[in-house]
Amino acid sequence: MSQLLQHLINGLAAGTIYALVALGYTMVYGVLKLINFAHGDVMMVGVYMGYATAFTLGRQNQKTFLGVVLIFLVAMAGCALMGFIIERFAYRPLREKPRLTALITAIGISFALSYGFQLDIGFLPGAAPRAFPEVIRPNEWLIIGDRDVVVWNWQVMSLLIAVALMVGLQYLVFKTRFGRAMRAVSYDHRVAALMGIPTDRVIAVTFMISSSLAAGAGLLYAIKDTSVTPLMGLYVGLKAFVAAVIGGIGHVPGAVVGALMLGLVEEFVVGYAASTWRDAVAFAILILVLLVKPGGLFGRVAAEKV
Amino acid sequence: METSSVPAPVGGVPQALRGILPVLVALPVLLLLNWGMSGSPFATYLLSIIGVNVILAVSLNIVNGMTGQFSIGHAGFMAVGAYVAGVLSLTLKEVAISFLPVVVSDQIFLLLCLLVGGSAAALCGFLVGLPSLRLRGDYLAIVTLGFGEIIRVVVQNTDAFGRALGLSGIPQTSNLAMIGFWVFLVVLVARRIAGSSHGRSLWAIREDEVAAEAMGVNTTGYKVRAFVISAFFAGIAGGLFAHFVPIINPGSFTFVKSMEIVVMVVLGGLGSTTGAIVAAVFLTLLPEALRSAFTAMGAEGSLAQKVDQIRMPVYGLLLVALMLLRPQGLFGTREFWDVLPRWIARRRKGIQ
Repeated sequence: MSQLLQHLINGLAAGTIYALVALGYTMVYGVLKLINFAHGDVMMVGVYMGYATAFTLGRQNQKTFLGVVLIFLVAMAGCALMGFIIERFAYRPLREKPRLTALITAIGISFALSYGFQLDIGFLPGAAPRAFPEVIRPNEWLIIGDRDVVVWNWQVMSLLIAVALMVGLQYLVFKTRFGRAMRAVSYDHRVAALMGIPTDRVIAVTFMISSSLAAGAGLLYAIKDTSVTPLMGLYVGLKAFVAAVIGGIGHVPGAVVGALMLGLVEEFVVGYAASTWRDAVAFAILILVLLVKPGGLFGRVAAEKV
Repeated sequence: METSSVPAPVGGVPQALRGILPVLVALPVLLLLNWGMSGSPFATYLLSIIGVNVILAVSLNIVNGMTGQFSIGHAGFMAVGAYVAGVLSLTLKEVAISFLPVVVSDQIFLLLCLLVGGSAAALCGFLVGLPSLRLRGDYLAIVTLGFGEIIRVVVQNTDAFGRALGLSGIPQTSNLAMIGFWVFLVVLVARRIAGSSHGRSLWAIREDEVAAEAMGVNTTGYKVRAFVISAFFAGIAGGLFAHFVPIINPGSFTFVKSMEIVVMVVLGGLGSTTGAIVAAVFLTLLPEALRSAFTAMGAEGSLAQKVDQIRMPVYGLLLVALMLLRPQGLFGTREFWDVLPRWIARRRKGIQ
């Protein structure tokens, strides 16, 4: 029983990190109908930015409250800038082209980033995994029984952050002027432009928000996992994407539900079956969900126009 | 294949034989090539890799290019073919057909293993093709990616397939003639499909699926068939690959391999068979050429060693640049011979 509870907690914690990454996928897809395949790699770059900041701060300063805030701010701002650049130079010129061209471009960017960061030329970090500094000291926050069930402080923290961000995004999308503009662009960006909405700016800001979310999520992941590799974005990104699709891509609470579900299932597979099957199970769930509901659990299938 | 467009058989050649006439012409040429290249193992190896990549690119082009169903899990089919053929080959290692010379009997067993591997891959292709009933566009792409990864994980967890260590000791029976034969066959099939009414249906699905369906094209059937044919040849390519490298392991068939094949197809032009061939040959030779160029320039050895590292980021940037500058690829949907005469005509005009 206590083992089940522990798996439940670990699964939820893993799910919240997927949820944070998945929110970025969902936002971009919602506005642009583009699967931003490079999202996970933007996350990876954000983690490296955080790593570099922590390194410059030094061992003493990186553990202070201000230091942690600075690490997060630099990584998120840097990623926002990168998201803007990618959108401006890779996706914007393709906006009127078929959607597959944008998907291929996104895959290309993803490859250039993740494998580019594996080179050890100049300032690039090389393929070897780096240990991420322990900026937030892991603490047992709640212990039930004789260490039967342990809840860590970072688990609670990331859950709270994820829920707060989800609520914030929901507020942004449905209650603000910018959110209304986003929804209008998502519905039909040409007509939205005719109505005086600066579509380019709306899309660029969406990209920046989603990229900085990715950086934040990546840092939480790195703090938990304590290791940083150039390829981490590929698989975390893929999982988060699977989560977003399961929930119905473009649907904010759906992404969170899908991510929590995925985190729980993966944790149970690792706990009760074999850890090597974990990746296969994630994709199997994806395929099953899509076969039953092609738009995901909460998504709607738009009728295709001729 | 071009010979089949020759008007009425002159006297002797019977109708039934005309279809296989190109094959009969190609076989001696390939055997001659095999015999000619037997002296230089590196050239043979390079040509084998090129051949396998050409088979993969041309077969993926049937799904991605002609049908417009973006599939990014092609390495999965290759893995199925490689492993099934490899395992079969390992179990049949000691068997030989007694009344035939060893070489011939080896080739017959290789052919058998390849066919079994290809059929297993085709079965997987059928399974992957089925979701295309309900999914389109990028959703289908993700599902194919998922299938590729699932296949890899299954292979990694099966004892018969050697788990993460892979298979070793597969008899190295594949040779240039066999690879060349399959290259020839896949090109023949791809061109025949493109020109047939079957192919026209695939083009229609590619251009507009809803309209094609409204015109009475059985879109599901054609899509699944395209997946099956494509997967079959990918399986063959995998089998051939398994029979000339000493070791195959799940690491050879990751998402990265799938993307390499996608880059070949996209670079050549989605829908152009010759484009896929040209791109496959070019991208296979590129790292080798870069490596020897770096060595020749006298650059320190490290740069030449880094070519393999640089390759993947370059592929990524290549995809981005292609989509921005020339989204139709080198050839678009045209074939080599569609491009050639125009160029000649222009040259002539210039001379006059």
